[in-house]
Amino acid sequence: MRPKSKKTRHGFDLLVKFLSSIAALIGIIFLVWIIFEVAARGVKALDWNFFVAPPTPPGTEGGGVANAILGTLAMLILASLIGVPTGIFAGVYLAEFGDNRFGEAVRFASKVMMGIPSIIVGLFVYALLVLSTGHFSGFAGALALAIIMLPIIARTTEDMLALVPNALRESALALGSPGWKMTLAIVFRAARSGLITGVLLAVARVSGETAPLLFTALNSPFWPKSLNQPTANLTVTIFNYAMSPYRDWQQIAWGASLLIMAAVLTLNIFMRIVLRERKKK
Amino acid sequence: MTRLAGKKKRHKSADRLFQYFSALCGLLLLLVMAGILFELIRNSQPSISRFGLKFLVSTSWDPVTGQFGALTSIYGTLVSTFIAMSISLPLSLVIALFLVELAPPILAKFVGYAIELLAAIPSIIYGMWGLFVFAPFMSQHVQPGLNKTLGFLPLFQGPPMGIGMLTAGIILSLMVLPFTSAVMRDVFQMVPAVVKESAFGLGATTWEVTRKVTLRYGLQGLLGASFLGLGRAVGETMAVTFVIGNDHRISASLFAAGNSIASTLANEFTEASDKLYLSALIELGLVLFLITLIIQALAQLWLKRIEKGAGKR
Repeated sequence: MRPKSKKTRHGFDLLVKFLSSIAALIGIIFLVWIIFEVAARGVKALDWNFFVAPPTPPGTEGGGVANAILGTLAMLILASLIGVPTGIFAGVYLAEFGDNRFGEAVRFASKVMMGIPSIIVGLFVYALLVLSTGHFSGFAGALALAIIMLPIIARTTEDMLALVPNALRESALALGSPGWKMTLAIVFRAARSGLITGVLLAVARVSGETAPLLFTALNSPFWPKSLNQPTANLTVTIFNYAMSPYRDWQQIAWGASLLIMAAVLTLNIFMRIVLRERKKK
Repeated sequence: MTRLAGKKKRHKSADRLFQYFSALCGLLLLLVMAGILFELIRNSQPSISRFGLKFLVSTSWDPVTGQFGALTSIYGTLVSTFIAMSISLPLSLVIALFLVELAPPILAKFVGYAIELLAAIPSIIYGMWGLFVFAPFMSQHVQPGLNKTLGFLPLFQGPPMGIGMLTAGIILSLMVLPFTSAVMRDVFQMVPAVVKESAFGLGATTWEVTRKVTLRYGLQGLLGASFLGLGRAVGETMAVTFVIGNDHRISASLFAAGNSIASTLANEFTEASDKLYLSALIELGLVLFLITLIIQALAQLWLKRIEKGAGKR
């Protein structure tokens, strides 16, 4: 092989540098494009009725997604009530006691579960709850969301607790504190902002989920009176409205998209700021 | 003395309770995973006993006559994933190169942040944007051009409808990009500065250092990254459902509509009225679950092996 001349080598290097800058630019262009389109189209749908009125049939003025906002919030809260404590304690097990075979298995399962498609979780809860009770329900939707949260929270909790220096644990134990008190009062306090970030991350992740709700909570044009029936929610509403041929429904789907996107991105940016503050300390 | 002993005993049992309770929560994770497998197998029994292994190789999907085969969905999943990976892997490689080697720190931080935000956008938003904004863009600008220049290939023939396999693959590549480029960036940063500096010192250009030092050094990590991205792309549901066209057909052209396992589920599940139809759909879900399970398990084992190796070095 003949050595290439210095000129070709440096020319090629320049080309690669140029291409990689373009690639980075492409990523940013798509991000801006998506955010811009959703914001521009969505903002037209946002009026008073959008936030306070239930949906209307196509062609009728004054429809909103208030019932879906309420349903989504209710399911998110219930999902957090189930998923956050179990996830945190699973993480505690991994960080504090998980240095054995069982811990390894749980750790492996949590990593694998984070990559399981959310639609599969929806199918699972459908088979578990919807088939056995005979109807779709908000409870099933919340359970599906909780299952998705569980491994995310367990993983971040383990990571955050691992950051707490062992000297802190040892000092607590040396002062005569029992192990559980040491974990809950000392280790949790030291890892507090990290734990909160992990929880918010999981909430942000599931608040945009659609696939697991399709077969569990389904959707409904009515106010959610109880979670024991099909429950209106924003994401499935977006799906149904976007696929409908009616312009005004599609418009509302854009509005709901903007709402979801704004909420998720705000949560994400907020968490990043919190994490950065923590690192500075 | 006895009081102290009693207190100690109480503490001990409370400790044990605490440990058991957290172990129980950990066990829950294992139970859920086993439960998913069990429920999917149990509920797809009618379809499994009716079609057997033929389910995996049959292309017919007819709810009216009760004939179900998964091949079109599996094919669509594989093709859309392949398109996504073949775009996002090289793209994330050069993006990682940009972030680590080229950009000034402030710019790298900003760009890296923007790329990560792509992962935060929910799937359904990609779907809305893909259907109403990107698909028309594809049909007006990209597909006619591809047809004119590469139209001699059967891949790029047919009417430019916008929706279809190619559009789904491109949107998937955007969604996978943050995951692959994050891992690649970590891999690039893992290379000891001394090694790179030695190569620079010998007069190598940035690209030569990347190709001959960094990539060699981090090859295993890159493989793990692609596996993780693959796992994401295979199971993506909503964005694909919006733009893939949902047609049970295998076409040579990437412009044609198709379907994937996840999109078939999202589209047809609530319409499935009879038992056989429902169990066929659940068996599709089982196939998808097994595919992602294998990919994820391989990726995790692989990454773990590398970590161990890195510890030894």
